[in-house]
Amino acid sequence: MSAPVQMARPIWGWTVHDGLVVARRNIIQSFRIPEALFFSLVQPVIFVLLFAYVFGGAIPIPGAEGGAAPDANAYRNYLMPGIFGQTVAFAAAASTVGLAEDMQKGLIDRFRALPMSPPAVLLGRTLADALRQILVLTVLSITGFIVGWRISDGIPNAILAYLLLLLFAYTVAWIGAWIGLSVPNTETANTAGLIWLFPLTFLSNAFVPITALPSWLQAFAAFNPISSLVLATRELFGNPTGFQPDYWPLQNPILYTVISCVVLIAIFAPLAVRKYRSSAGK
Amino acid sequence: MSSEPAVRAEGLVKTFGDVRALDGVDLTVEVGQVVALLGPNGAGKTTVVRILATLLKATEGTATVAGFDVRTQANSVRRSIGLTGQYAAVDEYLTGRENLRMFGDLYHLTPAYVKERSAELLEGFELTYAADRPVRTYSGGMRRRLDLASSLIAKPSILFLDEPTTGLDPRSRLGLWEVMKELVREGTTVLLTTQYLEEADQLANDVVVIDHGRVIAHGTSEQLKDQIGGDRLEIVVADSAQIDEAKKALSTVFSGEAIVEDDKISAPVTGGSTVLVDAVRALDASGIPVADIALRRPTLDDVFLSLTGHAAEEEKADPNAPVSGRRRGGRR
Repeated sequence: MSAPVQMARPIWGWTVHDGLVVARRNIIQSFRIPEALFFSLVQPVIFVLLFAYVFGGAIPIPGAEGGAAPDANAYRNYLMPGIFGQTVAFAAAASTVGLAEDMQKGLIDRFRALPMSPPAVLLGRTLADALRQILVLTVLSITGFIVGWRISDGIPNAILAYLLLLLFAYTVAWIGAWIGLSVPNTETANTAGLIWLFPLTFLSNAFVPITALPSWLQAFAAFNPISSLVLATRELFGNPTGFQPDYWPLQNPILYTVISCVVLIAIFAPLAVRKYRSSAGK
Repeated sequence: MSSEPAVRAEGLVKTFGDVRALDGVDLTVEVGQVVALLGPNGAGKTTVVRILATLLKATEGTATVAGFDVRTQANSVRRSIGLTGQYAAVDEYLTGRENLRMFGDLYHLTPAYVKERSAELLEGFELTYAADRPVRTYSGGMRRRLDLASSLIAKPSILFLDEPTTGLDPRSRLGLWEVMKELVREGTTVLLTTQYLEEADQLANDVVVIDHGRVIAHGTSEQLKDQIGGDRLEIVVADSAQIDEAKKALSTVFSGEAIVEDDKISAPVTGGSTVLVDAVRALDASGIPVADIALRRPTLDDVFLSLTGHAAEEEKADPNAPVSGRRRGGRR
């Protein structure tokens, strides 16, 4: 038997190297459970169909074609960025459940006893969970196209919109990671991973114009980064946006979204890494 | 041995809130030695291993592993150890080979080495036929073998095995013991935790018994068995009228005082299973029919009955006995 041969340190450093090793593992993992992958794709598709055909004619989009009169096609164009925003937000739940599972199964312990970079397990997890959204967004976009949604402000802007969505997915994955490391078991992770996402996505402009919300909720919804994300993607895809109340985040949705992501990562990444370092997985 | 021991722990204390999980554990494992930490659930075995494997920080005390301080040189410790926990900590969805590749990559070994070493380990652990199947299709024994293989990918000089066979069926347990014996023959230093006296007996040169976070006995398994009374021979005679006759016939077989109870004789013996043959011959020569005869090996229960019994007496003698005594006192 030959002696172990150590790798030379890659130029991008061990943290990135280890993060990519873990990301590869998590990506392989998601393709090994085809059922889970299938249902994670079906769920947003069902949302598209439900909203497009159930609410489509009932929710008027002020400022959109057709004026104040409800127009199903206008709503579908208005709706799709909302579904995109909601879907990438729910990516956080995958990080929560995945890490809680790794902890319960003792994998986190094994990783922590390896001479690897401590943030790498979380970097890999959040990266894989965000990258998986590429597939989800592709399937969603095709479904949207079928029900009448169109990209009408050029490809570069559309690409920018998708990048913003992925950045947001990566950001919420860190929040999800922190929750996953904080809950005692996977059963709790299943609920704790989702529960905060419902109010967050519904108290936004994802499905209804902010002006349709009661006034005391309007301020919350205006500063909700999901609202700015959805508004930014509506603008970048060239979809109807509705009238915006006079809040700074809604006047500068792209900038506000990027700032929110940076701030949230700056808060939750260190929290999650600290939790990981001290996690006493049983 | 004159060199630095592979593991040296002094005065390890670990508290979780009000619970004192470890209450001053000292432990030394020399290079090439196999030491078993023996104790019931909750004794603190896993806590010791977790501290030594840098997963937990001790509240008090110091420990070095491979000469490195677990507190200040954690990464050097991690490079020297392999850890196999109570649960088979491998990824269920990855194949056996992918698991080994991932752990090899995370040890920062070259892809060529990882590939060669993985093939070698899979072969050695009889997993080659299942190497490219997802681990969730593996049996419990196969998972444990892969788990052990994963901790050996970087050829660590020190191996921590935390209850490596708990929950396995007897056949898988025997298989795993063979693998571990082979590792020991190759010179790996092993610290093993177990609830099974037999496992400690099979694998370890040195046994450390812990209970309530303290070391309550230490020695080779032979010394330990002597301390708790060793093997006992139990004979049930067919006719209880012949009980005294039987006791007399066996007097040369017994190594200590025999206890007679109705039609049953129980006495300490030494010499293992040959004693059974001697006893049967002696009884046969005296024409005493036997209903049942058995050699009873001391179990963990016996160790604890014996050892904690002593501890309880010491506690009465010493009112200042620290926590483990207090805790026991509180329960009354």
